[in-house]
Order: sequence, then structure tokens, then C-alpha cells
Amino acid sequence: MSAPIQSLLYTLQIADTILIHAQRLGEWCGHGPILEQDIALTNTALDHLGAARSLYQYAAEQYNSLSESEKQEVFSSPALSQVRVTRDQVEEDDLAYLRDSWDFHNVLLVEQENDDWAYTIAKCFFLDVFNFYFYTALQNSTDSLLASVAEKSLKEVGYHLKWSSEWVIRLGDGTLESQLRMQQAVNDRWAFTGELFLPSETDIIALQQSYGVDLAAINPLWEAKVSQVFQMAGIKIPDNQWMQEGGKKGMHSEHLGYILAEMQYLQRAYPGMEW
Amino acid sequence: MFPTQQEVYEWLKDVKDPEVPVLSILDLGIVRDVQIDEAGKISIKITPTYSGCPAMDVIAMNIRLALSGRDHTGLNIEMQLSPAWTTDWMSEDAKDRLEAYGIAAPRRLAGINDLFEAEISVPCPKCHSLDTRLISQHGATACKALYQCNTCQEPFEYFKCH
Repeated sequence: MSAPIQSLLYTLQIADTILIHAQRLGEWCGHGPILEQDIALTNTALDHLGAARSLYQYAAEQYNSLSESEKQEVFSSPALSQVRVTRDQVEEDDLAYLRDSWDFHNVLLVEQENDDWAYTIAKCFFLDVFNFYFYTALQNSTDSLLASVAEKSLKEVGYHLKWSSEWVIRLGDGTLESQLRMQQAVNDRWAFTGELFLPSETDIIALQQSYGVDLAAINPLWEAKVSQVFQMAGIKIPDNQWMQEGGKKGMHSEHLGYILAEMQYLQRAYPGMEW
Repeated sequence: MFPTQQEVYEWLKDVKDPEVPVLSILDLGIVRDVQIDEAGKISIKITPTYSGCPAMDVIAMNIRLALSGRDHTGLNIEMQLSPAWTTDWMSEDAKDRLEAYGIAAPRRLAGINDLFEAEISVPCPKCHSLDTRLISQHGATACKALYQCNTCQEPFEYFKCH
């Protein structure tokens, strides 16, 4: 794939991950254990959605400047192709609502079900630690838009990390039941953490071209932070080291289809609908 | 006769934050730059407070409305993400007006507290007592937290340090 396509895919790896994460967090709306935490999750989702918007606006520009053959190569979602018949230039909403699962490049971790509070906290914690070190490094990107989104998001991610770390500790260092549930959630979701640091072809090229993050460099930082919080929480690092992957390549778990069906339904049923 | 940068800033003083109408977008540090070119076209750069702040679209629209009757040949509003917005940019005068309005102001420098560390004491904007407690980190908007005063019992919002 060409260099311009790879830059677009790099933007989407980040944007798709936080969009799907925001969508899953939104599922807690009205179902949180107490009102404070219900609102905490939706506020967090909004932070991610705001960052995603900036990235999708950029991705739309990147896509619009591709050649026609590059555009055919990067996405094959019929709904997106169809909208381009009447309107050549795509916008942020087209990318969010009209791509099908195989054209999404989020990591598998964020597709996983919310399940109970411990599972959601585990997912948030793993992603928040990653986002913290990822955005810190991304601030040095030669791509000024990515660097500015990273700088902006990092402040909010700092709060996300504090929140999820505190919950890992509350649950882990809580009652016997909360500790069992937190450990179970960590054990079950551990296999999805590896993909965060497994460089895709897109990651490799982005690093070579100096606009991407060196995942190998931030991996030990992630491990150290996770170990530190787990120690305070009395949670053990799981023994299993086999890791799931495929999301960045567009090969997703069965969950993404359902997530997109719900998220994209209105735009697909009422094309071009606006508030 | 095209406007000067000074005049445009004066006009922007009338554009208020939709959620906190006692503050203008200048008070909040949302306006980052104003340029007028030789043809009379105005370019304004604004920065979002929080990434997902829904008021930003309303603010952009209100800027257009505020400048619609004025003498210029065009208006371009651009979002600038860097440097990232911080409550440190809010003037002391703006903070005083915020408190007079009934919302506790961000009085310390922006920075994230340690795990389980409580926020510094937030004075009640009504009775000024320091004996207040946090009800929720999340208030009506992303930027505010909910507190209650233990002295006068009134609930109030706190504009969080960011």
C-alpha cells in the first residue's frame, strides 16, 4: 500500500480504537452501579469521542487527497462507495458511519463486551495505560495534527488513568468477591493486551517515517505501570502469554458487527440524516 | 473601512460561554488568534476546552452571529488544538465573576492529583466556608464537578482545574 494510504490507516488505528471504546462505554449509560460512575463513564466516552472527531476530520482530508485507485484499495465498504457517487468528498461522519467492520482498524480489546464492572474496569485500565504512554510519545510526531491531538488528549487521558487505576485498586484490594471478580476480568482480557504493542505494517512504516510511535519502547513502560497498580491492588499478572490479534488488519471478533449495527443504524436507515 | 484586531476582540467580548454566560470566550482563553487580511477577511482561531465539549459548535455559531452585522468581507473560524487549553489561561477577574455567579473557580494551577488524593479545599461561592465536600467529580458538564457546602448546605458546581 502507498505511503498516503499508510498514513490514513495510522490515523484510523487510533481513531477507530477510541471510537469503538467510546461506543462500548456508552452502553453503560443508565446502567451504572451508581449515578456517579454512570456519569464518569459517559464523560470519559465523550472525551474519547471528541478526540476521535479531530482524528476523523483529519482522516477525511487524508482520504480525499488519495488517488481514485488508492481510494478503491483502502476501503471496500459498499455504503461508503455509494455515498461517493453523489458526493465525491467524504467527511468525518461518513468514515464513522459508513465503513463496515473489515474497514475498521481498532484493536480487539475495545470490542470486548463490557460484562460486569470489573471487566469494564480491566478494559479501561489496559487501554488508559496504553493511551497515556502512546499519546506522550505521539506528541513528538512529525505530523503536526497527530501531535496536537496527542497533546490535547493526554490531559484527559491522565484523568482516565487515575480513575481506572483507583478502581482496579478498590476492587482488587476490596472484598474477597471484588478481588475474585477483578482477577477473573484481568485473566480473561489479558490476551487482548498484546495487540496494543504488536506493530502492524502501518505502525512500522509510521515509525520509519517519524510520524508514528515506537511501540517497543512504550511496552516496558506499560508493563511497569500495570505491575505497579496490580501490586497495590493485590492482583496477579496472568501466566498466559499468548495474545489475540487481527483488529488492526481489519479482522475483527464477532462483537464489532453488533457494535456497528447499533452505532450505524440511523445513518444507514436514513441516509444523510442530520440533527 | 475594515476592522482592526482590537475591534474584533471587543466584538468577541460579547460572545459568552453558552453554559456559563457570565464568562466571555475571551475570559476562558478560547480565542487564540485574530487576523484580518488586506481584503478585510477575518480569521479567528479558537481552541476547545475539553476534547468532546459540545459547546464549541455553539460558540463557533455565536461568533458568526456576533460578527454578522459587522464590516468585513468574510469570516473563517479554525480550531487550534495546540497548545492545549488550560484553566491556567482564565484571568483572575474572570474567576472572580465566576464565583459571584455561583460557580467555584479553579484557583490552583492545572495538574492531576495522585491516586486517591483529594482536591484542595474548594470554598463555597455563597458563604465562602472552606468546609465543603465533593459529591461528584462529574457535574452537568465535562468541565464541572458537583460539591456541597457543609456550613450553609447549598450545593454548587466547581469549575475543575484542567
